[in-house]
Amino acid sequence: MIFKKFIPAVILVFLGSLPLSGSAVCVQDVPDDDGSALIVSWEPPGDILGFFMYKIYRKDSLEGEFVQVGKSSKMENCFFVDKDPRFPLNSGMNVVYRIVALDEEENEIREIGVSEQFSPSHSYFNSTKKNTVVAVIFVFTALITFLNLAKKDKNLFIRKIAGLDALDEAVGRATEMGRSVLYVPGLSTMDDIATVASINILGPVAKKVAEYETKILVPNRDPIVYTITHEVVKEAYLEAGRPDAFQEDQVFFVSQNQFAFVAAVNGIMMREKPATNLYLGMFWAESLLLAETGNATGAVQIAGTDSVTQLPFFVTSCDYTLIGEELYAASAYLSRDPVLVGTIKAQDVEKAILLILLVLLSVLAILNFNFFRSESFLRFIMSFFGT
Amino acid sequence: MQLSTSIWVWIAAFLTLTIYSFLYKDNPLYRFAEHVFVGASVGWSIAIVWHMTAIPYIGIPLRDAFVQRNWPGLIYVAIPTLLGCLYFFRFFPKQSWLARWPIALMMGYYCGISISPSIETNIFTQVQGTILTGFNPTSLSSWWALLLLIGVVSTLFYFFFSLKHEGIVGKTSRLGIWFVMIAFGASFGYTVMARVSLLIGRIQFLLHDWLGILK
Repeated sequence: MIFKKFIPAVILVFLGSLPLSGSAVCVQDVPDDDGSALIVSWEPPGDILGFFMYKIYRKDSLEGEFVQVGKSSKMENCFFVDKDPRFPLNSGMNVVYRIVALDEEENEIREIGVSEQFSPSHSYFNSTKKNTVVAVIFVFTALITFLNLAKKDKNLFIRKIAGLDALDEAVGRATEMGRSVLYVPGLSTMDDIATVASINILGPVAKKVAEYETKILVPNRDPIVYTITHEVVKEAYLEAGRPDAFQEDQVFFVSQNQFAFVAAVNGIMMREKPATNLYLGMFWAESLLLAETGNATGAVQIAGTDSVTQLPFFVTSCDYTLIGEELYAASAYLSRDPVLVGTIKAQDVEKAILLILLVLLSVLAILNFNFFRSESFLRFIMSFFGT
Repeated sequence: MQLSTSIWVWIAAFLTLTIYSFLYKDNPLYRFAEHVFVGASVGWSIAIVWHMTAIPYIGIPLRDAFVQRNWPGLIYVAIPTLLGCLYFFRFFPKQSWLARWPIALMMGYYCGISISPSIETNIFTQVQGTILTGFNPTSLSSWWALLLLIGVVSTLFYFFFSLKHEGIVGKTSRLGIWFVMIAFGASFGYTVMARVSLLIGRIQFLLHDWLGILK
């Protein structure tokens, strides 16, 4: 996105500075990137009659041959951004470009020119992300502040979250019925925040299950998530003082294929008949398949995801649903760990500031406030939010 | 009606019907299809990982680095490979703690790498799309933008965890949850339509490719 956003600016600067050398073809590095892109531009031929497009060739070494890396489909487009993964560019490579004009039938009719040797370079810092740096500093400052506050005051308030209040009851029900608790930590990988949140919830849930001397089943789709959930559940049993009750096969890998995973979990639901099903994490098309099967078995179901498209299915087929950020807040709510409670408080402050900004700036816009309407102020606000 | 003569179409049709038999209840045929599906997908994944990750990213670079006596290159590939291999210590109870190293590394890496995109997509882009930059009472789009702003503000109130949902906060968050539910309703309808098209695709396979009833 950043690449797309800044290319036009660079192109404009670049085109404005033509010609940069004796050659008709100029090459310039794309700033703020990893050295994987170059901008090639050239002067259009004086007489463009009969020309329809350009072919761009690149040679990656002095001894090598020119290979076509792209096409510029309009005669007036006298620039090309070379960033095709099929023809990768790396920082430090020495490349030469050759531009050829084509006729309507794509026959090469005239060589526009050959560039001088050029080497792409990478940047250590991406100056287009200054706004992100400011936001990150603010987020971390709020986080550290509230973390310290939460350590001092152990009773910081967090509002009731209905789905989590029902968790005790749901685990208790499984114990009374002598059945297991099924915990699906979503189908995504560890780079998904919902998965991280789900794993944070799994700890307190598994501890509760261990304390109640009930069995928990945790099927996994991703091998790395599997190793982590395995460790988390094992640790929870240890914390609950029941390491002996932990069975290695309670947490297991099923398949990386989405619907094979669903088929297996649905089969487990029908055969094991867990009394409580917990679907917490990232889900896709399988959400309704899982939740409907769980519903058919008569299990108490608590779901939570930040996937907007899947939440409606959970809302309709589960007893309780944690919507979006409630999933992130759940681990703090369950554990009352000062570190996690502090993060919730910090997030609330960040939301409050964003809310004030949204309302204030919008009200000023509605009132047609002159300062707000000034071009420089608008430009500042828009550049901060990335427009 | 022209039945398919391809054995693979018959196998696919048989597996489709066995999976659909779950709609009646769990049965041996479904269990058979379930186990075939899981087994085949795991086998396929192993082959993919071996041929598309282990060989090109570990095997070949290690071999090339060794043949070319490129020791920095060898270390560059060997360190992450060894870290990855630490996962296998899960199978040795006494040394299983070693598996936590790559886990910690992965957790840290993924948490860190998602900070910047999360801020950009979940905050900047959303704020940019919501903020009013002008208001024209005669323009319908301005009223929609205002409605969007009210929806976002009231929904944000619902997601305040530090405030009790009472009084004005309670009323605003209740309005917010109405907005959320309306959005869910729209999303539900849209997704159900997509699911129905998947079902149609499978029925077309059975009636056209297998039974040859549909032309």
